[in-house]
Amino acid sequence: MKCDHCNKPATVHLTEIKGGKKIEKHLCEQCAAQNEGLPVKSHTPINELLTNFVLAHSGLSPREQTGACELCGTSWAEFRQTGLLGCEHDYGQYEKDLAPLLQRAHEGATHHIGKVPTRRGATGVPMKRQVDLAKLRKELSRAVEAEDYERAAKLRDQIRSADGGNS
Amino acid sequence: MKLSDLTTRAGEWLRGSGPMSEIVISSRMRLARNLSGHRFLTKMSRQQRQQVEHKIRETILAAQLARQTLYVDLENAPDIDRNLLVERHLISKQHATSEGARGVAIGENETISIMVNEEDHLRIQVLRSGLQLEEAWEQINGIDDILESKLDFAFHQRFGYLTACPTNVGTGIRVSVMLHLPALKLTGEIEKVFRAAKDMRLAVRGLYGEGTEATGDFYQISNQTTLGKTEEEIIGDFKRDVIPKIIDYEHHARRTLVNDRTTALDDKVFRALGLLRTARLISSEETLFLLSHVRMGVHLGRVKEIDLRTINELFLLTQPSHLAKILGRKLEGDHRRAARAEFIRQRLNVN
Repeated sequence: MKCDHCNKPATVHLTEIKGGKKIEKHLCEQCAAQNEGLPVKSHTPINELLTNFVLAHSGLSPREQTGACELCGTSWAEFRQTGLLGCEHDYGQYEKDLAPLLQRAHEGATHHIGKVPTRRGATGVPMKRQVDLAKLRKELSRAVEAEDYERAAKLRDQIRSADGGNS
Repeated sequence: MKLSDLTTRAGEWLRGSGPMSEIVISSRMRLARNLSGHRFLTKMSRQQRQQVEHKIRETILAAQLARQTLYVDLENAPDIDRNLLVERHLISKQHATSEGARGVAIGENETISIMVNEEDHLRIQVLRSGLQLEEAWEQINGIDDILESKLDFAFHQRFGYLTACPTNVGTGIRVSVMLHLPALKLTGEIEKVFRAAKDMRLAVRGLYGEGTEATGDFYQISNQTTLGKTEEEIIGDFKRDVIPKIIDYEHHARRTLVNDRTTALDDKVFRALGLLRTARLISSEETLFLLSHVRMGVHLGRVKEIDLRTINELFLLTQPSHLAKILGRKLEGDHRRAARAEFIRQRLNVN
């Protein structure tokens, strides 16, 4: 089928109802864009589509109006465009906005439970103990789910002693 | 050790000697790490990039991670060397073509490669032949421990190891198993693999990773989730579930071919071998395609005079940059195809 306006093959097919009358239009990409104001982009790279999809579903956030990271200059809007963060502090700065995005990308996970550097990081916080606690808590919820109450009780005691009676 | 020493032979991972090597070509693992106190790559100035590259290079070389470590300065390396490293799976395509101070450290018979200033400051990689996930994890974990004792890695209590792209955050681990699945392709059952992988939220990619197509019936299966699971859990998913299942499917398909479609199988295998032994002009795609069938024939005992190692080496050495290195000159078009055909004929007609 040829385009209604020019001789190129028609790839856009429009059906409009105007005053109870059905109007069919067959257009090529260019004429659709020019005459109907329909931007049709047929060759969007798949990674761009995916990025757009993920970012579109991450929801609007107040961060978008607020300023960029003071240390690296990365704004939330910029991250949404490139998919890349600019420095380690961005994770702290955008923690609230990143969390739901990470959940979607990582099967609902919100916390790291894997390997931990044994040394103190730049922040000076002893990380090993904190993450071990997170790991124990996760195991506890699994034990409860599996109705393994004996194990759950043991884990609860472990958490209590590891946390120094704070939990 | 020089880069040119690499060209004449295949690395450890292509020896074809690891467990399940008739189907599992290699087990690859990588850890993404960034230095605390430095911006991520896209936000670094030229000078900052150089500083980080220098610091990491010095640390790696001083740490003696391997008996012999070769460091290649990729910013100043010629194109052919960079492409050679891509063909050997020691660096990514992105790392070969990007700009600025960057490099790669290679050690232990090419089982270790550490990319410096790729998407993250450090991409530690271990590559082993056959199904050796636990061995690979032990090795890479050890390297990470050594480097961590000398470098401050960016780490967040909640999010774990911090990476430029949040899809890698947490463990920063990517596990990839490269599989050769010619029988599933021939019997039209390759969809089973995609389904099995999808159920476990694993990605299926081509020979050279992200954005490449499956050529020569090679498929790379890798994890996408890096947060909320331990490294052992992520590796366990591969070891217990996905990989044994796919290996089973492929074995079953190969048995079906041998038992029920013997002549059709032999036709495929020996046509491929015949072409490789006689062709005068051959492209790298056709080479991959034909070698794939011969490789299956070798495993099924249809072809007896050639071993898996020879086939594996041909997969590697017939690629453009390897050919050019071996022959000592850059070739284009028909000259390259002719040289490739001659090289293959020599290798396959020796016995």
